[in-house]
Amino acid sequence: MTQTKTTKYLLAAAAPLAVMATGAAAATLDEVREAGKLKCGIHEGLAGFAAPNAEGQWEGLDVDICRAVAAAVFGDSEAVEYIPVTGSTRFTALASGEIDMLARTTTWTFSRDTDLKNEFVGINFYDGQGFMVPTALGVTSALELDGTTVCVNTGTTTELNLADYFSANGMSYEPVPIETGAEAQQQFLSGSCDVFTGDSSGLAANRATFPNPDDYVVLPEIVSKEPLGPAVRHGDSEWEDIVRWSLNALITAEELGVTSANAEALASEPQANAEINRLLGTEGDLGAMIGVEADWAKTIIMSVGNYSEVFERHVGVNTPIGLERGVNALWTQGGLLYSPPFR
Amino acid sequence: MTVPNKPAFVRTEILPAKAPPVRATGITLWVRKNLLSSWLNVILTSLVLYALIRITYGLWPWLANGVWEADSLAHCREILAASGLGPTDGACFAVINDRWHQLLFGFYPSELYWRPILAMILFLGGLAPILFFSLPRSLLTFSCLAPFACFWLLWGGSAWVPLAAIGGLVIAGLAIRVLSKWLSSTLAVCGGIAIGLIFYLIGFSSFVSFAEGIFPLSIQQVASREFGGFMLAATIGLSAIVLSLPLGILLALARQSDLPLIKWCAIVFIEVVRGVPLIVWLFTAQLLLNYFLPPGTSFDLTLRVIIMVTLFAAAYIAEVIRGGLAALPKGQYEGADSLGLSYWQATRMIILPQALKISIPAIVNEFIGLFKDTTLVVFIGLLDPIGVARAIQATPEWNGIYWELFTFIGLLFFVVCYAMARYSLHLENKLRRGHN
Repeated sequence: MTQTKTTKYLLAAAAPLAVMATGAAAATLDEVREAGKLKCGIHEGLAGFAAPNAEGQWEGLDVDICRAVAAAVFGDSEAVEYIPVTGSTRFTALASGEIDMLARTTTWTFSRDTDLKNEFVGINFYDGQGFMVPTALGVTSALELDGTTVCVNTGTTTELNLADYFSANGMSYEPVPIETGAEAQQQFLSGSCDVFTGDSSGLAANRATFPNPDDYVVLPEIVSKEPLGPAVRHGDSEWEDIVRWSLNALITAEELGVTSANAEALASEPQANAEINRLLGTEGDLGAMIGVEADWAKTIIMSVGNYSEVFERHVGVNTPIGLERGVNALWTQGGLLYSPPFR
Repeated sequence: MTVPNKPAFVRTEILPAKAPPVRATGITLWVRKNLLSSWLNVILTSLVLYALIRITYGLWPWLANGVWEADSLAHCREILAASGLGPTDGACFAVINDRWHQLLFGFYPSELYWRPILAMILFLGGLAPILFFSLPRSLLTFSCLAPFACFWLLWGGSAWVPLAAIGGLVIAGLAIRVLSKWLSSTLAVCGGIAIGLIFYLIGFSSFVSFAEGIFPLSIQQVASREFGGFMLAATIGLSAIVLSLPLGILLALARQSDLPLIKWCAIVFIEVVRGVPLIVWLFTAQLLLNYFLPPGTSFDLTLRVIIMVTLFAAAYIAEVIRGGLAALPKGQYEGADSLGLSYWQATRMIILPQALKISIPAIVNEFIGLFKDTTLVVFIGLLDPIGVARAIQATPEWNGIYWELFTFIGLLFFVVCYAMARYSLHLENKLRRGHN
C-alpha cells in the first residue's frame, strides 16, 4: 500500500547493488532449503493481515501465504521465520536477500514490478481506497467532500490517489499527514480531521474498533485499485513458480471444494474430477515440475486451508474485521479471484 | 555600710531556645519561601495548582475505572457498559494484563523468561561494584565476567563461545605482559592485540567445536529475531552504553593525541558518525551492509544494530569527554609531566579522573538519550516496545487500543531513565571536592 520517499532514495542509492545481488541470489530454493526456514517479510502489525497472538504466533491473511509456501517447500507450515518489514524497507529487504519472499499487503503497480525489480506472483487480496466520515457530517457520497480536512498516511499511494481523486472532481481538501494507522484512528476520533482515507478493508477494520461505530460511515466510492499480492525477487523464475502456485493452490482448492477437513479423504482415492487428483498429487506429477513433493498442495490445504478458510479465519464476517467476500469472491461467484488451471 | 543594689532576680541559666514562629519554620516556611514569595509567584503557583487539579480530575476516572480483566477491547467495553459507563470512560488495562510478557520480552520463548531476568540481575550485579565505590574491589572480576554470562544467557548456544572469547582476552593480556619484558609498552600492546586477533580469527571456531565435542555445555539457542519489547531496548541500550564509554574515552584521547595519524582518524570517525542521523545508520545496518557482505552470510541484525548504536554513541561520548579534557587547567598536564609520569600514567591517574568527573552529567545525559533512541529501531522492523505495541494494536482482540499501551511503555522507560538520572546526582555529590 505504501511507499515512502525514503524508499525511493534508498533504492536509488542501492539500485546498482541490487542488480548485482539478483545475479548472486539465483537459486533461492536451495538457500531456503539449506536454511531450513522460509524467511518471509510481513507487515509489522496490520489487523487481519499480520499480527501476533498472545502466544507470539503471527496470524493473518498474509502470514498464511508464508505458511502455504513453507508447507510446499518443507511439508511443514511452521518452518517460517517471520521478518516484520516496514513500508519503507520492504523492497530493499527483498532485493538484498534479507527475506526470501514478501507478503506484506503490497500493491502490485507497474513501477514496483519493473523499475524496482520485483516479481508479483499473483493477487491474494483485492483492495481499494475508500473514505470514512462521521455520520454527523451528513455526507453520503465522496463527491460531497469539497473543502474537508482529510487524515492520510504520508508518502503512500493513498496520498497520491487522494490528490488525484479530488483534483479530478474539482474539489479542494486539506490533508492532515499522519504516520501510523493507530495514530490516524486517534486523530480521526478526536476530530482533527473530517475524513479518514485508506484501504477500504482497513477502514472497515478500524471502524469496527471505534467506541461508537454507528457514528461513522464508510462512503460507497472506491477511488483506486489496490491489488495486494506476494512478491519475490526478479530473476529467479523457479522460486517465483513455487510461490505463485502455492497461492494458486489455495484459490483452486476453494474452487474445487477441497478444504482442510476433506483433503485427506479426497486424496485417499482417485476422484472423478481429475483436477482434484492433480492438485492433491494422486495423478500426474505437478510437484516434481516445480521441485517439491508430490503432495505439496495437499500439505498446504491440510495445514493452512483453502482461500475461503483463510479469508474467513482472518478477515471474514465472523471476525471483528467483518469483511464480506465482495470482489475477493471466486470468479464463479461474481468476484475477481481466478487461478489458472492445474494441468 | 553600703548595701549594694541587689537585683531582685538573677538568671543563672540560659533560657531554652523558643520554637521559631510558625511562619518561619517547617512546611509553612517552605511554602512561603518557595511558592508564595512574591505576587508573581503566587499567580504562577495558583496556575500550576489549577492545571494539576484539572489534569487529575480528568485523568483519575479513566484510571480508576480501568478494566484489568478482559479478553478483548470489546469485552472491556461490555464490562464498562455493565457498570453504566461509556466506552471511553475507563482505561482498558486488560491489554497489559494479557500482553505484558510481549511488551517486556517480545517473542522470547516463555519457558525461558528466567534467562533474560537472570541476565539482567547478573548485569546489575556486575554494575554494582563499578557504580558504588564502597563495595569490595575484588567484585570487579565478577563485573568483567558478567557481560559474557549475559551474552550466553540471552542468546544461548554453547557456553564455550563466551569462554573462548574470555580465553582470547586472557591470551592477549598474557602476551602483552610477556612481550613488555623485551619491548616498549606500545609495541607490546600492539603485539598482544595481534596475537589475540590471530586466536579469534584462526583458533576460535575450532576451539569451540573441539571443546563442545569433549564436554558439551549448551543451552537452547534463541535467535535475535525473537528478542523484542523492553528486553530488546535494554539489550541494545545497555550494550551500547557499556561498550560506548570505553570506546568514547579512547576516541577522545585519540583526538587530543600528538600523533597526526591517530588524531585525524579520530576526527574523521567522530565527525562522520556524528554528522549523520542515527536512523540513517540503522538503515545502513539493516539494508546496505547486506549488499557488501558475501551472499549467504547473514550477520545477525540485532548485533549489527548494537554495533551501529555503539559507534554512534561513542562519537558523542568522545566529544563530551573532550569537553572534560579541555576544561582541565593546563597546570594539571604540566604537573603530571613534572612528576615524570608517562603519558598513560598521567592519563590514568591525573587527567581522566578529573575529566570524567567534570563530564558525568553530560555522559549520563547522553546515556539517557541513547536509551530512549533505541525506540528508533522500530523503523527497521525490529519489535522494540513501540513495535510490539503496534503489533498488538493490530490483533483482532486489541485493535483500537492506544493510550494504555503507551502509558505502560512510558512508565517502563521513565523508571530506567529516572534511575540513571538519580545515580548521576549521587555520583556528582560523592565526587564533589569543593567546599560548598
